[in-house]
Parts: sequence; C-alpha cells; structure tokens
Amino acid sequence: MKRNVRGAIIGIGELQPVRYTSGETTLSLIAESVRLAIEDAGISKHEIDGLLVGPQVGETPQHVPATVSEYLGIDPTMSNTVDLGGASGPGMIWRAAAAIEAGMCETVVCVLANKNEKGETLRSPNRNPIREFDVPFGASGANTSYALLKRQHMEEYGSQQEDFARIAYWARKNAQKNPKAIFHGKPAELEDITASPLIADPLHLLEIVMPVAGGAAVIVTSEEKAARVIQHKPVYLKGAGEKITHRAVSQAPRIDQLPFTYSIPRALEQAGVSVEDIDLFSLYDCYTSVVAVQLESAGLCAPGRFGELMRNHSFSHDGKYPLNTHGGQLGFGQADLAGGMSHVIEAVHQLRGEADNRQIPKAGHALVTGNGATLSETNALVLGGEQ
Amino acid sequence: MSQQVNISLPAPTITSVSQPFWDGIKEGRLMLQQCDQCSEWIFYPRAHCPHCFHCSLTWKEAAGAGILKTWSIIHRAGHPAWQEHTPYVVGVVQLTEGPSLLTHLNVNEDELNYQMEVEMDIQNTGPHPLPFFKPIKEETI
Repeated sequence: MKRNVRGAIIGIGELQPVRYTSGETTLSLIAESVRLAIEDAGISKHEIDGLLVGPQVGETPQHVPATVSEYLGIDPTMSNTVDLGGASGPGMIWRAAAAIEAGMCETVVCVLANKNEKGETLRSPNRNPIREFDVPFGASGANTSYALLKRQHMEEYGSQQEDFARIAYWARKNAQKNPKAIFHGKPAELEDITASPLIADPLHLLEIVMPVAGGAAVIVTSEEKAARVIQHKPVYLKGAGEKITHRAVSQAPRIDQLPFTYSIPRALEQAGVSVEDIDLFSLYDCYTSVVAVQLESAGLCAPGRFGELMRNHSFSHDGKYPLNTHGGQLGFGQADLAGGMSHVIEAVHQLRGEADNRQIPKAGHALVTGNGATLSETNALVLGGEQ
Repeated sequence: MSQQVNISLPAPTITSVSQPFWDGIKEGRLMLQQCDQCSEWIFYPRAHCPHCFHCSLTWKEAAGAGILKTWSIIHRAGHPAWQEHTPYVVGVVQLTEGPSLLTHLNVNEDELNYQMEVEMDIQNTGPHPLPFFKPIKEETI
C-alpha cells in the first residue's frame, strides 16, 4: 500500500557531547534533552502526549517508557521503546508520524541519551545466536563486524584505504565548523587517518566513532498543530524507508544487496524526489565503510565506485554534495544511540536555515539515514523545509 | 589489560536446538541441518527452516570446507579474554553446502586471499572445542 507520510518536526534539543560524564544518570540526560526540545518548540510539557525512547543497557533494562514518563512527569497516550540500534533515531521520527496519523497521540517527543562513565563497560547479557556462534571465535563488538564488511568491499570492488579515509577526512573537516563537535579544533589529514593504528584490520582508529556522552530529543507533531506553533519554521517528513535483513555479519546479504539498497531509494520515491534534489546528505557514519555503501545505495555512484565520487567532489556545506555538515558522528562523537539522532538534528538546523557558518545555500531537502547492528537495521528519511 | 587476564575465553552458549552441532564438533564432524521440504542447508541451527519455514529439519554431516568471503586481523579484541591472543584472524566462510559462518582462521596473514579455499580445523584453545578453519594446502587437494 502506497501511502504518504505526514508529520512535522517543531522542536529539537541536543546536549554537547563530552568524552566522559561523572555522576550523571541517563535519565537526567534524557530529561535535559527533552527540556531543550520543548523550549525550542515553544510548547508546554503538558502538550506532549507521545513518548518514544530507546533501550538502555544497564540502567533501565525494562519498562523504559514508563520510567522515562514518570521521571519527566508526563502521561503519554502512546509510548514505546524503539530498538533499532543506530537506526532508532530516524525510526522514531517515522513511528511518531505514524502514531499521530493513527490517532494515538498528537505531539511526540523522541529522545535518546547516554552517560559515559570512565572505566565502566556495560555488556549486554546476550544468550542469542551471536553470543553462541560469533563471540567464542574472538569476534565480538562492532569493530570486528564492520572490518569484515569493509574488507569485503575492498576485495569485491578494489576500493582502497585512501578512499575510505577521505570519508573520515570530510567528517573531521566539517566538524571544524561545529563548535559542539568533540573533534572541533582537531582536523585530520588523509595521512593521519591511514597512519592511525589498525584496530581491526582494515579499520583504522580514525575511521571509528569516538564514544561520548550526550543526548538528543526531537518533537514531532501533526501538520495542523505545526501550523499553530510558530516559534520555528516546521520541518516536514516527506518520505521514509526501512529494511532489516539480518543481525550477525555472517548472515548479511551480499555487499551490493545490503538493506540500504532498499530503504534509501524507498524514502526518495515516497518523497517524490530524486537523489539530485537532495541538498544535505545526513548519513549515519559509525564507520567510514558505512558511508561508502550508502553513497552507492543512494545512487550517487555505481556499486563499488564511491572512491571516485569522494575524489572528485567537495562534501562540505558549500560543496556539490554536502555530507554530514555537523561533522557526522565521526567528527561530532557518538553518544551511543543518541549519535544517530544527531543526523536528524543537523537536517533540522539546515532546513530551518539556522546552521550559521555551515549553512547550505537554499537547503530544501535532506536525506537522513540510520543504521543499526552491522548494516542490518537501516532506515532513511527525506525531510523538507516546505509542506 | 593486565588485570583482566584471568577472564576466561567465552564458551558457546549451547541450547537444546544447537546441541547436535556441538556434539558433532566434539566428534570432529561438522553437522548441519538440511530442510526436509526445500532441501536448503541451514546455519546456525534452528527449529524452523528460514527459507520455507518448514519445521522438519535433518542433521547431516557437511564437507567441512568452503571459501573465505572476508576476514579481519584483530588488534584490539572486543572481548577482554581474547586480547592476549592478538593479532589473530577471524573471517566469514561460505560452506560448500551454501550457508556462511563466522570462524577463527589459523592462517599466516600473508596467505590471506579473497575466496581462498579453507577447511575445518577443530581447536581446543578454549573451554569447548571450536570449528576453526585453515587454508587447504596444494598438496592435500
């Protein structure tokens, strides 16, 4: 069934990433993110009747929506946990719009936040196939899985280390125009990236996101209500696509059939725009190789040819393909699941025309993506500045 | 990492469904399920065929060989107990029967090649024997 999505973003709140927190709780960071988003929207807390939250390893393993509702002092008529890893942020925006359209609620706050205490490593107590068939062999954690996918791309297509390094280079370069970015004031040249230590060969340290603490909240409402709330120009959800194909990297589809090859074209199709209409590519970038497959899935180049694309164009806010103008997570930092929401927040800044010294001229459409597990849970949104 | 050396290597978390697979490894055999309806081979072990969703699957001995689809040389292990074994190689092997699995490779780094032929090489390094893989040498073909 083809159906157009409707819904508008009227408020955003984002904490400045910090490497470590001390004495903070994830709940307190959630509350502060929500406070900022409500203030940005210019509405009252009591207008919030929908809540979407993420899973929390350790602090609140179950009953997250009730725990967060209670902490915030709200009584939503719709709440849920969205468990799509790095795709949770964009996934929340689409789900919020769908819940509004279904009459479950009218104004939804989508929030993700994470503390990061020094020396504290939370391990999820998995007893699933990954724990049984991957972990005993010395393969645990995302670095290994993404290294395997990067190696496959290099072997299948002949892509080179420098091609991937260029993605990290642009992320760091763009982060120099974002004072909130964890790597603001710390650019990296191509040689710095390829000379950084191999963590899981072929992945270098500087191709991997820096874990930080932070949080982000986004308020989605009906288009009717957005027309009444006038603090900012609303940003509209124009199209969305999502696809989940596997969990473990060993069970992934072929490198040219990963789920982004469905979700990105689907979002563009639903919005009725072509990839050339996109003014901002706000693409999930936990690792360089993830951006590579998205550039290819979006149709900006043929499968396997992202290296040529990266060599021939500028990816800054004033370039041909503005890419992660906030620095991406590679430049901004990854506050766990909230990192994925940073791509939504930057799109809102750009489409409102409030991106200061990194403003894209005439930003009309943004492609925002999310990616969870190992290129397993993927989604894409097209956001627009006009209804 | 020195304070973590006593953490033991993680053993497989065996279930009643997967027990025949691990029993096979103890006997030196790679056991896989094959669907009685669509004849597809299945990995990892399940109660239902992920292809046709039939629920009658039969355990059979597989060849224990395949090709290397991708690999990574691990310098910083994701699990603390594996750190003292770095650098080591993990990879994804597509078995002759069709399914792919993640494994540990006993291979010199300079031997690694895309789609190289590999065979099972069961190892007892940890708490349970595991199906590692190694290159098939010319003279053994």
